Amino acid sequence: MGIFTNFFKGAENSSDVAKNRLKVAITSDRAVCSPELMEQMKNDIIEVISKYLDIDTDGLDIKVTKTELDDSSETVNALLANIPIKEGSKNFRKR
Amino acid sequence: MGEVIVITSGKGGVGKTTTTANVGTGLAMQGKKVVLIDTDIGLRNLDVVMGLENRIVYNLVDVVENNCRIKQALIKDKRYPNLYLLPSAQTKDKTAVTPEQMKKLSDTLKEEFDYILMDCPAGIEQGFKNAIAGADRALVVTTPEVSAVRDADRIIGLLEANDIRKNHLIVNRLRTDMVKEGNMMSSDDVVEILAVDLIGVVPDDEQVVIATNTGEPLVGSNSKAGQAYMNICHRIMGEEVPFLDLEETKGFFSKFAAIFKK
Repeated sequence: MGIFTNFFKGAENSSDVAKNRLKVAITSDRAVCSPELMEQMKNDIIEVISKYLDIDTDGLDIKVTKTELDDSSETVNALLANIPIKEGSKNFRKR
Repeated sequence: MGEVIVITSGKGGVGKTTTTANVGTGLAMQGKKVVLIDTDIGLRNLDVVMGLENRIVYNLVDVVENNCRIKQALIKDKRYPNLYLLPSAQTKDKTAVTPEQMKKLSDTLKEEFDYILMDCPAGIEQGFKNAIAGADRALVVTTPEVSAVRDADRIIGLLEANDIRKNHLIVNRLRTDMVKEGNMMSSDDVVEILAVDLIGVVPDDEQVVIATNTGEPLVGSNSKAGQAYMNICHRIMGEEVPFLDLEETKGFFSKFAAIFKK
């Protein structure tokens, strides 16, 4: 019966919901800096990069996470920044 | 030279004490000399799970305060002569013992025992610090629930911060029927989130409740949980053991009946 009810509801499995919620919670738990410090750092990064490129500050995402090093299986803390560049940004030539 | 293993979880009620009792008993069944230490001062439990509550004279606090010799406080198990319990104190609190004292105690016991198992209290405060002080490795117990997994992640971080890097995960109380329905995270899901090596998956088994009622650890019995615990023991000793198939092995009739139940 489970398959049918899920099919008609089109709902996600509750285990998938749990997994996704956990991933988000754990990522922020692992963050080594306070939210204020992160905000400050984010603003500074925006300021520096904006000198060279037009960036989409709304789509910008900076977080501290754990990542595996390429050359070993060791996990390290890493600052992950996703900084979208605006269409037609200065100093950025499309091919 | 023995090995000190801390059994920890962060969250309470996920099965640390049951795991300690079963893994310790299982290792003793394999001929190892084992001592179990209940480090939850003020809330002692390992003694009742082991069925040794009537034999307590001295406790952990007596040992670190030198009120008695270590040998006097160790309670010999009912079934296995190479298995001992060092019970916790019931009338003191966690500040009665320091991490330094625990480290010293671990180092002394390592000379005589193959395995020293520390049953850690819930939380990340001094009780936790005491339990991990002398540990060489850790078994992190979790259940496939968001609260327990989140706490396990925090615990793994704290273990690493304290230079305990040989950490293994036990996923406890797994229900394969719920995993199948998509309503419980699988052990693979939990491993993916926590990024730590799995050493055992223990199914949710009513035999565990029955065993705790009677104070007889079920490790090595025919039950799925009993087999899962014994496999964990073999893996702790460095043996490669395939993971159990936890699917319900129902007989023909119950399968037949199940069709009509639906």
